[in-house]
Amino acid sequence: MDTSKKAKEEYSKIVDELTPKSKILKDVFRSFVSGGLICVFGQFLKEFFLNGGFEKEEAALLVNMVFIGIAALLTGIGLYSKLGKFCGGGTIVPITGFANSMVSSSIEAKAEGWILGIGAAMFSIAGPVIVYGITSSMVVGFIYYFVK
Amino acid sequence: MEYLKVFVTGGIICAIAELLIDKTKLTSGRILVFYVVTGCILGGLGIYEYIENFGGAGATVPLTGFGYNLAKGVMKEVDEAGFLGIFTGGFKSAAGGIGIAILFSLIACVFFKPKSKG
Repeated sequence: MDTSKKAKEEYSKIVDELTPKSKILKDVFRSFVSGGLICVFGQFLKEFFLNGGFEKEEAALLVNMVFIGIAALLTGIGLYSKLGKFCGGGTIVPITGFANSMVSSSIEAKAEGWILGIGAAMFSIAGPVIVYGITSSMVVGFIYYFVK
Repeated sequence: MEYLKVFVTGGIICAIAELLIDKTKLTSGRILVFYVVTGCILGGLGIYEYIENFGGAGATVPLTGFGYNLAKGVMKEVDEAGFLGIFTGGFKSAAGGIGIAILFSLIACVFFKPKSKG
Protein backbone atom coordinates (compact mmCIF):
# COMPACT_ATOMS: atom_id res chain seq x y z
CA MET A 1 0.00 0.00 0.00
CA ASP A 2 2.68 2.43 1.12
CA THR A 3 4.94 1.86 -1.82
CA SER A 4 2.14 2.25 -4.32
CA LYS A 5 1.12 5.50 -2.67
CA LYS A 6 4.68 6.72 -2.84
CA ALA A 7 4.96 5.65 -6.44
CA LYS A 8 1.77 7.52 -7.23
CA GLU A 9 3.09 10.67 -5.60
CA GLU A 10 6.32 10.43 -7.48
CA TYR A 11 4.46 9.80 -10.68
CA SER A 12 2.27 12.86 -10.26
CA LYS A 13 5.34 14.91 -9.43
CA ILE A 14 6.97 13.85 -12.67
CA VAL A 15 3.79 14.54 -14.60
CA ASP A 16 3.57 17.99 -13.04
CA GLU A 17 7.14 18.73 -14.00
CA LEU A 18 6.65 17.54 -17.54
CA THR A 19 3.38 19.40 -18.07
CA PRO A 20 4.44 22.80 -19.32
CA LYS A 21 2.68 25.77 -17.80
CA SER A 22 1.97 27.25 -21.19
CA LYS A 23 0.16 24.06 -22.18
CA ILE A 24 -2.21 24.41 -19.25
CA LEU A 25 -2.85 28.03 -20.12
CA LYS A 26 -3.57 27.07 -23.71
CA ASP A 27 -5.88 24.24 -22.61
CA VAL A 28 -7.77 26.51 -20.27
CA PHE A 29 -8.08 29.20 -22.91
CA ARG A 30 -9.39 26.73 -25.48
CA SER A 31 -11.91 25.39 -22.97
CA PHE A 32 -12.99 28.91 -22.14
CA VAL A 33 -13.60 29.82 -25.78
CA SER A 34 -15.21 26.55 -26.86
CA GLY A 35 -17.38 26.25 -23.75
CA GLY A 36 -18.39 29.87 -24.04
CA LEU A 37 -19.35 29.45 -27.68
CA ILE A 38 -21.48 26.38 -26.93
CA CYS A 39 -23.32 28.38 -24.27
CA VAL A 40 -23.81 31.31 -26.65
CA PHE A 41 -25.37 28.89 -29.12
CA GLY A 42 -27.56 27.62 -26.27
CA GLN A 43 -28.67 31.16 -25.48
CA PHE A 44 -29.45 31.75 -29.14
CA LEU A 45 -31.56 28.56 -29.26
CA LYS A 46 -33.32 29.45 -26.00
CA GLU A 47 -34.33 32.86 -27.30
CA PHE A 48 -35.37 31.31 -30.60
CA PHE A 49 -37.74 28.92 -28.79
CA LEU A 50 -38.97 31.63 -26.41
CA ASN A 51 -39.79 33.85 -29.37
CA GLY A 52 -41.53 30.85 -30.91
CA GLY A 53 -44.03 31.03 -28.07
CA PHE A 54 -42.73 28.29 -25.78
CA GLU A 55 -42.72 28.59 -22.00
CA LYS A 56 -39.40 29.02 -20.23
CA GLU A 57 -39.21 25.40 -19.09
CA GLU A 58 -40.29 24.05 -22.45
CA ALA A 59 -37.64 26.15 -24.15
CA ALA A 60 -34.97 24.82 -21.79
CA LEU A 61 -35.95 21.24 -22.59
CA LEU A 62 -35.98 21.92 -26.32
CA VAL A 63 -32.50 23.44 -26.09
CA ASN A 64 -31.32 20.28 -24.35
CA MET A 65 -32.99 18.21 -27.03
CA VAL A 66 -31.11 20.02 -29.81
CA PHE A 67 -27.83 19.79 -27.91
CA ILE A 68 -28.22 16.10 -27.13
CA GLY A 69 -29.18 15.40 -30.75
CA ILE A 70 -26.16 17.26 -32.11
CA ALA A 71 -23.87 15.56 -29.58
CA ALA A 72 -25.26 12.13 -30.49
CA LEU A 73 -24.69 12.76 -34.18
CA LEU A 74 -21.17 14.14 -33.74
CA THR A 75 -20.30 11.25 -31.43
CA GLY A 76 -21.66 8.71 -33.89
CA ILE A 77 -19.59 9.99 -36.80
CA GLY A 78 -16.54 10.16 -34.54
CA LEU A 79 -16.15 13.92 -34.61
CA TYR A 80 -16.90 14.63 -30.95
CA SER A 81 -13.78 12.93 -29.63
CA LYS A 82 -11.68 14.92 -32.11
CA LEU A 83 -13.34 18.15 -30.99
CA GLY A 84 -12.82 17.02 -27.40
CA LYS A 85 -9.08 16.69 -27.90
CA PHE A 86 -8.96 20.30 -29.00
CA CYS A 87 -11.54 21.84 -26.69
CA GLY A 88 -10.97 19.86 -23.47
CA GLY A 89 -13.29 20.96 -20.69
CA GLY A 90 -15.30 23.02 -23.16
CA THR A 91 -16.79 19.86 -24.61
CA ILE A 92 -16.95 17.81 -21.40
CA VAL A 93 -18.94 19.98 -19.03
CA PRO A 94 -21.76 21.25 -21.24
CA ILE A 95 -24.84 19.05 -21.56
CA THR A 96 -23.34 17.87 -24.87
CA GLY A 97 -20.55 16.20 -22.93
CA PHE A 98 -23.07 14.33 -20.80
CA ALA A 99 -24.84 13.15 -23.95
CA ASN A 100 -21.52 12.24 -25.53
CA SER A 101 -20.64 10.05 -22.55
CA MET A 102 -23.90 8.14 -22.94
CA VAL A 103 -23.73 7.76 -26.72
CA SER A 104 -20.06 6.87 -26.99
CA SER A 105 -20.04 4.28 -24.23
CA SER A 106 -23.19 2.65 -25.57
CA ILE A 107 -21.85 2.48 -29.15
CA GLU A 108 -18.61 0.99 -27.85
CA ALA A 109 -20.61 -1.74 -26.11
CA LYS A 110 -22.56 -2.69 -29.21
CA ALA A 111 -20.64 -5.96 -29.60
CA GLU A 112 -21.82 -7.09 -26.16
CA GLY A 113 -25.44 -6.94 -27.20
CA TRP A 114 -28.40 -4.63 -26.88
CA ILE A 115 -29.64 -5.55 -23.43
CA LEU A 116 -26.62 -6.02 -21.18
CA GLY A 117 -24.11 -4.35 -23.48
CA ILE A 118 -25.65 -1.11 -24.66
CA GLY A 119 -28.27 -0.96 -21.92
CA ALA A 120 -25.67 -1.08 -19.19
CA ALA A 121 -22.78 0.79 -20.78
CA MET A 122 -24.99 3.77 -21.58
CA PHE A 123 -24.85 4.63 -17.88
CA SER A 124 -21.21 3.92 -17.16
CA ILE A 125 -20.61 7.66 -16.76
CA ALA A 126 -24.17 8.99 -16.74
CA GLY A 127 -25.03 6.54 -13.92
CA PRO A 128 -22.73 8.08 -11.32
CA VAL A 129 -23.89 11.54 -12.40
CA ILE A 130 -27.53 10.56 -11.88
CA VAL A 131 -26.87 8.68 -8.62
CA TYR A 132 -25.05 11.56 -6.96
CA GLY A 133 -27.11 14.26 -8.63
CA ILE A 134 -30.38 12.74 -7.43
CA THR A 135 -28.93 12.01 -3.99
CA SER A 136 -27.81 15.61 -3.55
CA SER A 137 -31.22 16.77 -4.77
CA MET A 138 -32.82 14.66 -2.02
CA VAL A 139 -30.49 16.20 0.54
CA VAL A 140 -31.43 19.65 -0.71
CA GLY A 141 -35.12 18.72 -0.67
CA PHE A 142 -34.86 17.28 2.82
CA ILE A 143 -33.22 20.40 4.23
CA TYR A 144 -35.60 22.65 2.33
CA TYR A 145 -38.58 20.75 3.71
CA PHE A 146 -37.55 21.51 7.28
CA VAL A 147 -36.13 24.98 6.73
CA LYS A 148 -38.72 26.63 4.49
CA MET B 1 -23.92 42.47 -24.20
CA GLU B 2 -26.29 39.70 -23.17
CA TYR B 3 -24.37 37.21 -25.31
CA LEU B 4 -21.04 38.40 -23.93
CA LYS B 5 -22.24 37.61 -20.40
CA VAL B 6 -23.35 34.16 -21.57
CA PHE B 7 -20.00 33.58 -23.25
CA VAL B 8 -17.97 34.63 -20.24
CA THR B 9 -20.07 32.70 -17.72
CA GLY B 10 -20.07 29.48 -19.74
CA GLY B 11 -16.43 29.95 -20.63
CA ILE B 12 -15.35 30.35 -17.02
CA ILE B 13 -17.29 27.28 -15.91
CA CYS B 14 -15.65 25.20 -18.66
CA ALA B 15 -12.22 26.70 -18.00
CA ILE B 16 -12.47 25.69 -14.33
CA ALA B 17 -13.20 22.13 -15.45
CA GLU B 18 -10.14 22.14 -17.70
CA LEU B 19 -8.02 23.52 -14.87
CA LEU B 20 -9.28 20.72 -12.59
CA ILE B 21 -8.48 18.12 -15.25
CA ASP B 22 -4.97 19.48 -15.79
CA LYS B 23 -4.13 20.11 -12.16
CA THR B 24 -5.77 17.21 -10.35
CA LYS B 25 -5.90 14.55 -13.07
CA LEU B 26 -9.56 14.01 -12.30
CA THR B 27 -11.21 11.95 -15.02
CA SER B 28 -14.01 13.56 -16.97
CA GLY B 29 -16.60 11.29 -15.33
CA ARG B 30 -15.61 12.54 -11.91
CA ILE B 31 -15.69 16.12 -13.13
CA LEU B 32 -19.26 15.62 -14.36
CA VAL B 33 -20.33 14.19 -11.00
CA PHE B 34 -18.56 17.00 -9.17
CA TYR B 35 -20.24 19.60 -11.38
CA VAL B 36 -23.75 18.22 -10.95
CA VAL B 37 -23.40 17.97 -7.18
CA THR B 38 -21.88 21.46 -6.98
CA GLY B 39 -24.68 22.90 -9.12
CA CYS B 40 -27.27 21.19 -6.94
CA ILE B 41 -25.77 22.52 -3.72
CA LEU B 42 -25.40 26.05 -5.11
CA GLY B 43 -28.98 25.78 -6.34
CA GLY B 44 -30.18 24.68 -2.94
CA LEU B 45 -28.39 27.59 -1.30
CA GLY B 46 -30.01 29.99 -3.75
CA ILE B 47 -26.65 31.10 -5.15
CA TYR B 48 -26.88 29.56 -8.61
CA GLU B 49 -29.97 31.61 -9.34
CA TYR B 50 -27.78 34.71 -9.42
CA ILE B 51 -25.36 33.04 -11.79
CA GLU B 52 -28.26 32.09 -14.06
CA ASN B 53 -29.72 35.59 -13.94
CA PHE B 54 -26.36 36.95 -14.96
CA GLY B 55 -25.18 34.34 -17.45
CA GLY B 56 -28.35 32.77 -18.88
CA ALA B 57 -27.48 29.73 -20.97
CA GLY B 58 -23.87 30.16 -19.87
CA ALA B 59 -25.07 28.88 -16.50
CA THR B 60 -27.69 26.38 -17.64
CA VAL B 61 -25.88 24.57 -20.48
CA PRO B 62 -22.93 23.29 -18.36
CA LEU B 63 -23.69 20.34 -16.10
CA THR B 64 -23.79 22.60 -13.06
CA GLY B 65 -27.04 23.82 -14.62
CA PHE B 66 -28.33 20.26 -14.57
CA GLY B 67 -27.59 20.14 -10.85
CA TYR B 68 -29.23 23.51 -10.37
CA ASN B 69 -32.26 22.20 -12.20
CA LEU B 70 -32.40 19.22 -9.81
CA ALA B 71 -32.35 21.53 -6.81
CA LYS B 72 -34.97 23.81 -8.30
CA GLY B 73 -37.16 20.81 -9.19
CA VAL B 74 -36.96 19.24 -5.76
CA MET B 75 -37.80 22.50 -3.97
CA LYS B 76 -40.75 23.14 -6.26
CA GLU B 77 -41.99 19.60 -5.68
CA VAL B 78 -41.62 19.94 -1.91
CA ASP B 79 -43.73 23.11 -2.14
CA GLU B 80 -46.41 21.34 -4.15
CA ALA B 81 -46.39 17.76 -2.86
CA GLY B 82 -44.87 18.09 0.59
CA PHE B 83 -42.59 15.48 2.13
CA LEU B 84 -42.77 12.96 -0.71
CA GLY B 85 -41.61 15.66 -3.10
CA ILE B 86 -38.12 15.19 -1.63
CA PHE B 87 -37.91 11.87 -3.45
CA THR B 88 -39.70 12.71 -6.68
CA GLY B 89 -38.65 16.28 -7.42
CA GLY B 90 -35.14 15.59 -8.69
CA PHE B 91 -36.14 12.87 -11.10
CA LYS B 92 -39.13 14.81 -12.32
CA SER B 93 -36.99 17.77 -13.29
CA ALA B 94 -34.36 15.57 -14.92
CA ALA B 95 -36.85 13.31 -16.69
CA GLY B 96 -36.98 15.17 -20.01
CA GLY B 97 -33.23 15.41 -20.48
CA ILE B 98 -32.51 11.83 -19.46
CA GLY B 99 -35.36 10.47 -21.58
CA ILE B 100 -34.11 12.30 -24.66
CA ALA B 101 -30.52 11.22 -24.01
CA ILE B 102 -31.57 7.56 -23.70
CA LEU B 103 -33.58 7.71 -26.91
CA PHE B 104 -30.83 9.43 -28.89
CA SER B 105 -28.21 7.02 -27.55
CA LEU B 106 -30.24 4.05 -28.74
CA ILE B 107 -30.86 5.67 -32.14
CA ALA B 108 -27.12 6.37 -32.45
CA CYS B 109 -26.44 2.71 -31.68
CA VAL B 110 -28.70 1.68 -34.55
CA PHE B 111 -26.86 3.81 -37.08
CA PHE B 112 -23.25 3.89 -35.94
CA LYS B 113 -20.55 1.31 -35.37
CA PRO B 114 -17.81 1.53 -32.75
CA LYS B 115 -14.78 3.47 -33.96
CA SER B 116 -11.37 1.97 -33.52
CA LYS B 117 -9.52 4.48 -31.43
CA GLY B 118 -6.41 5.94 -32.96
